[in-house]
Amino acid sequence: MKNETEYIKLFEENRNLIDSPCAALLNAQRPAAFAKFAAQGFPTIKDEAYRNSNVEKLFATNYGINLGRIKMGDNPHEGFTCDVPNLATRQEFIVNDCYQAEEGSRKSLPEGVLLGSLNTYARSHEALLAPYYNTLACNGDSIAQFNTAFVQDGMLLYIPRNTELTETIQLVTLLRSNIEMMSNRRLLIILEEGAKANLLVCDHSSNEKATLSTQITEVFLGNNASLNLFELEETGYANNRLAHLFVQQKGSSTFNHSSITLTGGFTRNGVYVSLEEEGAEANLSGLAICDKQQHTDNHTLVEHKAGRCTSNELYKYILDEQSTGVFAGKMHIYPDAQHTASQQTNRNLCLTSCAKMYAQPQLEIYADDVKCSHGSTVGQLDESALFYMQQRGIPKEEARHLLMFAFAGEVIDNICIDALRDRLHILVEKRFRGELNRCKGCALCKQ
Amino acid sequence: MKKQSNNIFKKIADKAYEYGFFSNVSTEIIEKGLNENVIRLISKKKNEPEWMLEFRLTAYRYWQTLEMPTWAHLDIPPIDYQAISYYADPTKKSKKQSSEIDPELMKTFEKLGIPLEERLALSGTAVDAVMDSVSVKTTFKEELKEKGIIFCSMSEAIQEYPDLIRKYLGSVVNYRDNFFAALNSAVFSDGSFVYIPKGVRCPMELSTYFRINAANTGQFERTLIVADDDSYVSYLEGCTAPMRDENQLHAAIVEIVVCENAEVKYSTVQNWYPGDAEGKGGVYNFVTKRGECRGNNSKLSWTQVETGSAITWKYPSCVLRGDNSQGEFYSVAVTNNYQQADTGTKMIHLGRNTRSTIISKGISAGKSQNSYRGLVRVSKNADGARNYSQCDSLLLGSHCGAHTFPYMDIHNDSAVIEHEATTSKISEEQLFYCNQRGIGTEEAIGLIVNGYAKEVLNKLPMEFAIEAQKLLSVSLEGSVG
Repeated sequence: MKNETEYIKLFEENRNLIDSPCAALLNAQRPAAFAKFAAQGFPTIKDEAYRNSNVEKLFATNYGINLGRIKMGDNPHEGFTCDVPNLATRQEFIVNDCYQAEEGSRKSLPEGVLLGSLNTYARSHEALLAPYYNTLACNGDSIAQFNTAFVQDGMLLYIPRNTELTETIQLVTLLRSNIEMMSNRRLLIILEEGAKANLLVCDHSSNEKATLSTQITEVFLGNNASLNLFELEETGYANNRLAHLFVQQKGSSTFNHSSITLTGGFTRNGVYVSLEEEGAEANLSGLAICDKQQHTDNHTLVEHKAGRCTSNELYKYILDEQSTGVFAGKMHIYPDAQHTASQQTNRNLCLTSCAKMYAQPQLEIYADDVKCSHGSTVGQLDESALFYMQQRGIPKEEARHLLMFAFAGEVIDNICIDALRDRLHILVEKRFRGELNRCKGCALCKQ
Repeated sequence: MKKQSNNIFKKIADKAYEYGFFSNVSTEIIEKGLNENVIRLISKKKNEPEWMLEFRLTAYRYWQTLEMPTWAHLDIPPIDYQAISYYADPTKKSKKQSSEIDPELMKTFEKLGIPLEERLALSGTAVDAVMDSVSVKTTFKEELKEKGIIFCSMSEAIQEYPDLIRKYLGSVVNYRDNFFAALNSAVFSDGSFVYIPKGVRCPMELSTYFRINAANTGQFERTLIVADDDSYVSYLEGCTAPMRDENQLHAAIVEIVVCENAEVKYSTVQNWYPGDAEGKGGVYNFVTKRGECRGNNSKLSWTQVETGSAITWKYPSCVLRGDNSQGEFYSVAVTNNYQQADTGTKMIHLGRNTRSTIISKGISAGKSQNSYRGLVRVSKNADGARNYSQCDSLLLGSHCGAHTFPYMDIHNDSAVIEHEATTSKISEEQLFYCNQRGIGTEEAIGLIVNGYAKEVLNKLPMEFAIEAQKLLSVSLEGSVG
């Protein structure tokens, strides 16, 4: 409990500092979350959900937390670009854990859409956000509680009934600091009945110092709402990320999620989807390309609480050097969730003898009229395919890249925005060639 | 049709547990409770050497430091370990000579269809019958001895072959392994010991029949099988218990050592009393089974048909240490009414070019919960490991649960690991198709279920396969419609 005690002390001693810049809505949730965190402590490898991911050691570093909300660095709106060619996106920035508003005029959003700092909107629209904020994350593990206790800002996306956002929102989270830094971010995404949106979240880093980000995303989808959420991690080996994504879906809503981990240090992505009414559909996919000491853990739980819901999962890992991949996916079919169709696939490539893969595809089924299956494999590149290509004059290294590229392609092809898909194909190819080691102000993305 | 098929299922499901009778055998039972004195008493009653008592006491002291595990997908009511008697001997009070067996006991095993008399030599199976804590009789001992095969009760083996026992006992399942292994190591009473010498192919199936008879006792048997180089043995295990309202505890250990080029086949038909339709009574079956393929080219195959027990907690495992060694696990687990099962296997790949196959078929009906939990671990040096796992679940009824919890820990890049799982139910269409062709609903269900489990049943020795098929048709059906 050594690591916890420091944070417990920090919270108790700086309660005023944490609370003062924040909205009452955020502050109101702190005491209960803090009590839960203090009681549970950080997860250890003895916790089933973290048995292959030692997050305890991440908290051993003495991080700085920007509780005083000191402005760090320049406004990224000036100069920083992480654009996707042929795709008009609306860029939003979170630097460490501060939302950066753009000064000056921007193209206006459809009427009623709220997009901006969570803290600001929690003040101005408290009644609107209160029924949502922390209602899903409050049941999360101690990392989620830790985030709720310390979080000061993040982003809000609210889309009213039957409104469609044609422009893709791109949220860039930048990690910038000269010291070891911890940032606690929060994203709240609410789509009312029939609303539609695309959101791309890119993680970038521009520093060598170790960072740890905890990020909680809560997504609420009303009837017939549809959200495409893409998460792309392109940070450095010193940047660690603990992310939880909670999704609540009403009838006939659709949620498509892709999480692509290209570079990073220790990454834990928890995805918890609750299909609460008939006809809801969730498609989750993930791709992790790891090398060096990278550790990528995707943990998913899809709860089918109502009948006639569909869920699909596809997670792929390519593990090079001493990297570790962890996949734990559970499908929980409640009693009476009849006519559920649920499928889960996990495929992994181990490229060296030091790479480790831990896979736990799990089914928990309490209804009989369901179609559920899962499959998981661990293997290598097909020797005969490599040989075939070499015979035809393709060098071995090139042949390896082609095969890996095809392996990864299946996940990328799920992405429904053409321009983004093309962009990812290029990024993944660069990653394989070792050209995408570190994102320095996104120099590579600029081309 | 639906109504009719429901009636048929109900009839079958309501069929009483056929082995639920109680035999009035005079039995010596020691006081309830567990402490060092009880362990000394058990050891003394069995006239064990000092090292054996030490083995038990160390295990007991370690057990005291442990807490009952809660990770399984089971709802286990608290067990009062002081309310159980740890030793019951049905042979002791019989006034007859020790060479003869109490006729009541004899009758019990006759009723169970276990051939204790050599007149049933034609059945070609050597049997060790264990009732409560004591091995009652082992048949064909002499014939086996001629070949150098040792097949006797564990108590006898401790007296007669102390060197072998000291060498192998606890070498596969250490007393520190888990809660129930520690408990068993402390209080185990009897079980079978098998030793197949070098180059011997055991000419007959060896079989142990376990029966819990006395009330409020636990059964803690321990089986040890050692197959020396180039040997082969096929071993069968069966179990039943009387119907009682109280729950009974069964915590066994099976250890198997497979040496170079040897092969062991271990088949189980587990039919402990599962409790009544309201979930009252039944046996708690907490078993640690593990085999180690120590030698190169060795092979170990587990086949199990699990139909009984109120709660099953069992993971027959293979440690594939020798190069080119093979592990297999074939399982059919059936749960009905309020039964709960959390069963599966562990395949630990340590040697080079090791292979393992897992075929698990779960069938749940009534209000039961059936889980598969399995681990495939490929260590860093286990080059060329290959695993194929298939876990299928069949749900009969909308109140039961079928769960799959596979774990894959892969530390080697040359491993090829495949896992797949499916969940389904018997569809109206399948039944209708059979009906159309003049096959009655009852028979159709039998066909479909037996077809579903066929892959596993085919692995059983002939006699067992027939018993298992019968068992399936009795315990399965009940709630399809």
